[in-house]
Amino acid sequence: MKINHNLAVSESGFLFNPGSGESFTVNPIGAEIIAMLRSGKSRAEIIDSITQLYQVDRNSFEKDLQDFNGILKTYNLLEKDE
Amino acid sequence: MEKKHYERPHIVRLDAGMPSKAGIRSEQLPTTHIDGIAVTELIEKYGSPLFVLSEKTIRSVYQKAYKAFSTRYPKVQFAWSYKTNYLSAVCNIFHQEGSWAEVVSGFEYEKAIGNGVDPKKIIFNGPAKTWDELVLATENSSLIHIDHLDELYMLIEVAETTSQKPRVAIRVNMDTGIYPMWDRFGFNYENGQAWDALNKIMHSGKLELMGLHTHIGTFIMSANAYAVAASKLAELARSLQQKFNHQLKYIDLGGGFASKNTLKGSYLPGSDTNPSFNEYAEAISSALINSHFTPGELPLLILETGRALIDEAGYILSTVIANKRMSTGRRATIIDAGVSLLFTSFWYQHQVSVAQGTSQYREDTSLYGPLCMNIDCIRESINLPLLNVNDHVVIHQTGAYNLTQWMQFIHLRPNVVLIDEKGEVHIVREKEKLSDVNGPELLPEHLAKIN
Amino acid sequence: MSKPIYTIAVTGLNAIDSPGPGVAVIRGLREAASFDVRIVGLAYESLEPGIYMHELVDITYLIPYPTAGVDVLLDRLTYIHSREKIDIIIPNFDAELYSFMKLEAKLRDSGIHMFLPTFQQFEERHKVNLSAFGERYGIDVPEGISISDSSEIHKHADKLDFPMMIKGKWYDAYVAYNIEQARTYFNKIAAKWGLPVILQKFVHGTEYNVTGLGDGEGNVIAAVPMRKQFITDKGKAWAGISIDDKKLLDLTTRFVGATKWRGGFELEMMKLSDGRYFLMEINPRIPAWVYLAVGVGQNIPEALALLALGQKPEPYKTYDVGKLFIRYSWDMIVDRSEFENFSVKGEL
Repeated sequence: MKINHNLAVSESGFLFNPGSGESFTVNPIGAEIIAMLRSGKSRAEIIDSITQLYQVDRNSFEKDLQDFNGILKTYNLLEKDE
Repeated sequence: MEKKHYERPHIVRLDAGMPSKAGIRSEQLPTTHIDGIAVTELIEKYGSPLFVLSEKTIRSVYQKAYKAFSTRYPKVQFAWSYKTNYLSAVCNIFHQEGSWAEVVSGFEYEKAIGNGVDPKKIIFNGPAKTWDELVLATENSSLIHIDHLDELYMLIEVAETTSQKPRVAIRVNMDTGIYPMWDRFGFNYENGQAWDALNKIMHSGKLELMGLHTHIGTFIMSANAYAVAASKLAELARSLQQKFNHQLKYIDLGGGFASKNTLKGSYLPGSDTNPSFNEYAEAISSALINSHFTPGELPLLILETGRALIDEAGYILSTVIANKRMSTGRRATIIDAGVSLLFTSFWYQHQVSVAQGTSQYREDTSLYGPLCMNIDCIRESINLPLLNVNDHVVIHQTGAYNLTQWMQFIHLRPNVVLIDEKGEVHIVREKEKLSDVNGPELLPEHLAKIN
Repeated sequence: MSKPIYTIAVTGLNAIDSPGPGVAVIRGLREAASFDVRIVGLAYESLEPGIYMHELVDITYLIPYPTAGVDVLLDRLTYIHSREKIDIIIPNFDAELYSFMKLEAKLRDSGIHMFLPTFQQFEERHKVNLSAFGERYGIDVPEGISISDSSEIHKHADKLDFPMMIKGKWYDAYVAYNIEQARTYFNKIAAKWGLPVILQKFVHGTEYNVTGLGDGEGNVIAAVPMRKQFITDKGKAWAGISIDDKKLLDLTTRFVGATKWRGGFELEMMKLSDGRYFLMEINPRIPAWVYLAVGVGQNIPEALALLALGQKPEPYKTYDVGKLFIRYSWDMIVDRSEFENFSVKGEL
């Protein structure tokens, strides 16, 4: 899971993809995950960090993360090389 | 350190377009309680899915409707339409409020008698009454609304065998400017069928002609159509008076008032556009009062409205089973209440709200039921907060027709509870058990064993 | 003497090639002789150009679609009112008028004024009811039928004949040349705007429009007729010229007098080769080309604002004949941050 390097999420949760010209809104936890992806964190690291911070069990979050990953892929926000 | 509240990650692309009905930005507030009782508590105690009926709402809506008519017209009588919802608890609330019973089958007739309704206050409608049912209704002095000529002739024969004279009305169909015109029930006004039938009744001397009945259609969005119907029935009444010097006791305008649900294909929500009781009452009352009747002769006005009286009082509580993505990336959510419980989802865009607080994030979701059937879709497209598995949702305005047209299909049917005016919860129909389905079945002996 | 300053909220900021009237209305208000304005834009989408026209619009708020219901709209307007102290709202979309009409009394209680048609006027001029309307007021209208099922097209095809107009209850109109096209358009319109869909006899002729304002008591406060000079493929006027046509003005006077029309309106007329006028459509609001009326001497937005405040503006009696409006598109350069701000916060 590697995110396009030139993506940035603003404080308000607005994400602009300069490559495609598309705009998105992200909720705070989505923004956090994108930030972690940008800094090169692995899936396991993301899961550790989110489940430590939030009231969610590993299984539920893993499922949600997979879903989130899927939709990032649908929106072409992930690096193709994976 | 206390962990933060979790919401699943969410991203949505901003697709700008011009106003269209696709992108509904609805900011539905969560429905955490019904009549003061927490949704989670109801589900914990009575299971999910769960039908919930509010006695408070039933009574207040009824009283509002009654007031709308009784302040405009001197003699008003409601008759509860059994087919709309014939749970005995529901029927009896209406009967306590003063409603008669309006039934359309022998089964419903028996149910009304069983509920303790005075048989003289049962209106027997419908196109399929049997000989025995007509005899019973006649002996009981119930009001029989004749649907077709075959029934009229049968009833004249019945009258030869009974000690009582059948008390009757005929059902009249007519053009009120509403499409489709319901001309499959009753006798047509415009082509003279209705007038012929009335003549036959008067000449036979065997039947006591009490009134006239019409039912112009269902979910009628124009109050004016009822004014047309009332005027036409008043015209028939005038002809009877002139020709036979016969004074009718009542005019029954049937039902068909729209509830506040939104029909599929409507642009604006039903709560904004559908006529209120006051608008229907104004149209009907003025038409009757402005007709030829002198104030002393005004007949009793009977109304059989069902849907508009009970829809609002019904809720289905349901639980999220799963979230998934369709091949296009579209969000789909599966809940444990499907079309087998919510027949009306075929023609309404039912309002669905969540039962817990949420952030401001929404996603366009397809909401599916639990049946392994492609048609099991509660809402094709609805903007919902980010739901998690085991979250609860509340489907609104489900009181009409669902508790009579529901079916036991794939899953057993759930509990139905009534919240009374004091906030006490009563089970009014228990959830089904395997034996409820297997019970009536008979297994031939050679099929009793499978190996 | 200093002029009063009113805060006026305006919808319909989509100044695209099939434009909403909002921007034109605002230009009229900005040029009002009797008052100064602060303009609050009300937008449904973050790309409505008016949002970014800061010289015309002081601040814009996102509002919910009519489909969300009047309660949600009222909540949002109440919030905006608490920030902006709105004196007047001028709604400019057909599809939103019903909701604003429903809220008229409630908004008036909180000090917001509007000047809208009554429910009766709104309903009886509806495309769905136009045939009955023409009959009642003795105005020629094309034969029309509203249907709820595409199978009915066949039934009415003989009477209406092809080509036939297929129209949506709120927007959209197509010319169908055969039954297959008619069905396609029916489905397209029904999916977008709901039922019923209107089938209308196609009338050949030249298009003329009148925009005007009725005071609700049967008097015409303003009326400017225009001949469409250039029509886009969506049937919108891209250029038009003010004309002097007594027949059109008489018809307008008759329409306003008979219906006691309250508020702005646009009459879409078709002039047949024999000189007769057919009334094709009555739009219960100011049209997008209203700035032509302002430009030829009848400031309809200004007069409407005064009527909303309960004043009695002098009726406009004259206008310049032979003035053209020619519409043009304009590419604004907008920073992404502005779009982002409006998309996320719903305010700009």
